Amino acid sequence: MSYATQKLAEEKVFKDPVHRYIHVRDQVIWDLIGAREFQRLRRIKQLGTTYLVFHGAEHSRFHHSLGVYEVVRRIIDDIFVGRPEWDESERLVVLCAALLHDLGHGPFSHAFENVFELDHEKFTQEILTGDTEINAILRRVSPQFPQNVSDVIGKTYANKQAVSLISSQIDADRMDYLQRDAYFTGVSYGHFDMERILRVMRPREEQVVIKHSGMHAVEDYIMSRYQMYWQVYFHPVSRSAEVILTKALHRAKELSMSDYEFDFEPRHFKTFFDRTFTLKDYLALDENIVMTYFQAWMNEKDEILSDLCDRFINRKLFQYIEFDPAKDYRKLAELEQLFKKAGINPSYYLVFDSSSDLPYDFYRPGEEGERVPIHLLMPNDELRELSRSSEIVEAISGKRRTDHKLYFPEDLITPDGKKKALKKQILQVLKGEIQEGGE
Amino acid sequence: MNLLEEHAKIVHFITLAGEVSGRKKLQKMVYIAKKMDLPFQEKYEFHMYGPYSEELTLRIEELCNMGFLSERLEDKGSYVKYTYACTDEGNQFLSTMNREQANLSICVEKLNSKKSRFLELVSTLLYFDHLTREQQIEKIQVVKGRLNFSDDELTEAFDFIQELEMCLKQ
Repeated sequence: MSYATQKLAEEKVFKDPVHRYIHVRDQVIWDLIGAREFQRLRRIKQLGTTYLVFHGAEHSRFHHSLGVYEVVRRIIDDIFVGRPEWDESERLVVLCAALLHDLGHGPFSHAFENVFELDHEKFTQEILTGDTEINAILRRVSPQFPQNVSDVIGKTYANKQAVSLISSQIDADRMDYLQRDAYFTGVSYGHFDMERILRVMRPREEQVVIKHSGMHAVEDYIMSRYQMYWQVYFHPVSRSAEVILTKALHRAKELSMSDYEFDFEPRHFKTFFDRTFTLKDYLALDENIVMTYFQAWMNEKDEILSDLCDRFINRKLFQYIEFDPAKDYRKLAELEQLFKKAGINPSYYLVFDSSSDLPYDFYRPGEEGERVPIHLLMPNDELRELSRSSEIVEAISGKRRTDHKLYFPEDLITPDGKKKALKKQILQVLKGEIQEGGE
Repeated sequence: MNLLEEHAKIVHFITLAGEVSGRKKLQKMVYIAKKMDLPFQEKYEFHMYGPYSEELTLRIEELCNMGFLSERLEDKGSYVKYTYACTDEGNQFLSTMNREQANLSICVEKLNSKKSRFLELVSTLLYFDHLTREQQIEKIQVVKGRLNFSDDELTEAFDFIQELEMCLKQ
C-alpha cells in the first residue's frame, strides 16, 4: 500500500464543538496534523483582536483548519463518492489543501501583514514547498504533490472542482468559519443548516453546484454571512484594537530603523524590520511572542510605543466617529495639523479605516471583479444562477456595503491641562459627527 | 496628508494614463506596476482573469464616490465597459498630496497602450515569475487554456516584461 492510500489502524477522532467529531483515517492527514508548522496554528487566534469585544473568541486557526478538513471530508467521502462527475483521484490533494489552507497565517495576521508588507498566502506556499516537516510529509506522497496542494490553495490548480470546494462563494472554508466564529463569539447569527447544504451539493463540470431543493438553506447561509461580517468581523471596537496593534508595530519598526536603544530588544522582529527574514524567522513567531513584547514595551522610554502597548494590553482603545471621506477629506488635513500643534503625533493617533463587504455577486461576462456564482441544479438538469431563483439573494447581489471610520484617542484630546484651547478646537472639528462614540 | 496616500496613488496613476478603459485592464495595469516594484499596497489573488485585487476594486469605488474619479459606462452588447478618468476634484485632491513615484509615467503609458487580453497574459506570467520560463508557459496552458495564447503572444509578453524592467531601471 502506498503512503497516499495508507489508512490508520483505527480511526482517530477529535471532539469538536461545531462538527461534534472530526474523523481522521488517512495516515497522511494524521502526520500533517502532527507537523510542527501545523501545531503552530494553535498559537494563532482565528479572529485576531475580536476577543477584546467578544471574550469567547479565543479559538485558534488550528480549530478552524481541522473544521475545514472535516467539512471537505464529509462532502467527498459521503456525498461525492461514486458520482461520475467527481474524480476520486483528487481526494487526497483536496483534503490536504483543506487542512493546510491557512498554514501561512502569522500572528494577528492582518496587522502584521500590513506593517511588514507580507502576504500569508505566499508563506503558505513556502511552507508547503520549502524545507519544512509539512513538505517532507507531502513529498512522501509524490514529488509533485506539495506543489499540487499549493496550487489548489492558490486557485491555480487544473481541476476547478477541487479549487471551488476550498475557495468559492459557498465553500468549506466559509461554512466552517461562520459556524465556528458564531459559536465562540456567542452571537446568534452565523448559524445555518450545513448538513442540508452538504447533502444537496453536486460535482458538475468545473464547479460544485446546489440541487434546487437546497436553495433556502443557501439563502440562510448567505444571510448568515452578511450578518457575521457586520456584527462580528467588522465590529468597530475590534477594529480599534487592530488599529492600535498595527500602530504599535509601526512604532517599533520606526524606532528600530532609527537605531533607538530598546530596553527590551525586538529580537524576533529584527529581520522583518530590515526585510532579511527567512521562513524560519516567520515560523518562530506566534501571538504569545507578540504579547510578550507588548507587555515588556509598556515600560519602554519611548512614550508612543509604551502608550500604544499599554492601550492594547489593557484595552484602553481609541474612540471613533463615522467619517465620509468623500465629504470630509479636507477635514483630515486640518485635523492632522491640529494634532501636531497639540503635540499628538497624527501618524499614530489619527487613523482612517474602511471596511467593505460584498455578500454575493454573480458573473457578468466581459468584466473583471466578478466571482464564480452559485449555481442551482434545476429539476430539468439545467444550471441556474442563484439570484435568478431567489428574490432574497437577488436583493443583495452585487451590492457592496462600505463603512469608514476615523479613530483617535479621546482621552488625549479631552480639553483639560495643557493646550486646552487647541484640544477644544480638535473636538470642535470632530464634534457633531460623533454618532455612536462608545464601545 | 498621509491618511489617504493609497487613494492618491491610484488617482495619480489614472491621471498619468489619461483614461483607462475596462476594469480588467485597470486591475492588470496596477498589478504589473506593483510587480515592477512601484509602491502599490493593494493585495492580489489569483482570479478568473488572473491576478485580481478586491482592495483595488473597493478603492476605485470609493474614489468614484468621493468624486475624484469618473466612471463612464458603455454598453457593448454582451457586456458593459467601464472607463475611468480623473475629475477636477481629483486633481485638487492630488495637489494636497505627496506624489513621488519615479518613472511611473513611462510605465503607465506603456501599459495603457496594450490591450486587456495582452495585459491578462503579462500579469499571469508575472504571477508565476518564481517559476522558470518553461514552467510559466505550462502554467499559462493550465490556467488560461481557453484563451489559446499563441507562441508569438507569449514571446511578445516576455519581451514586454523585459522592456518594462529596463525602462524602470533607467
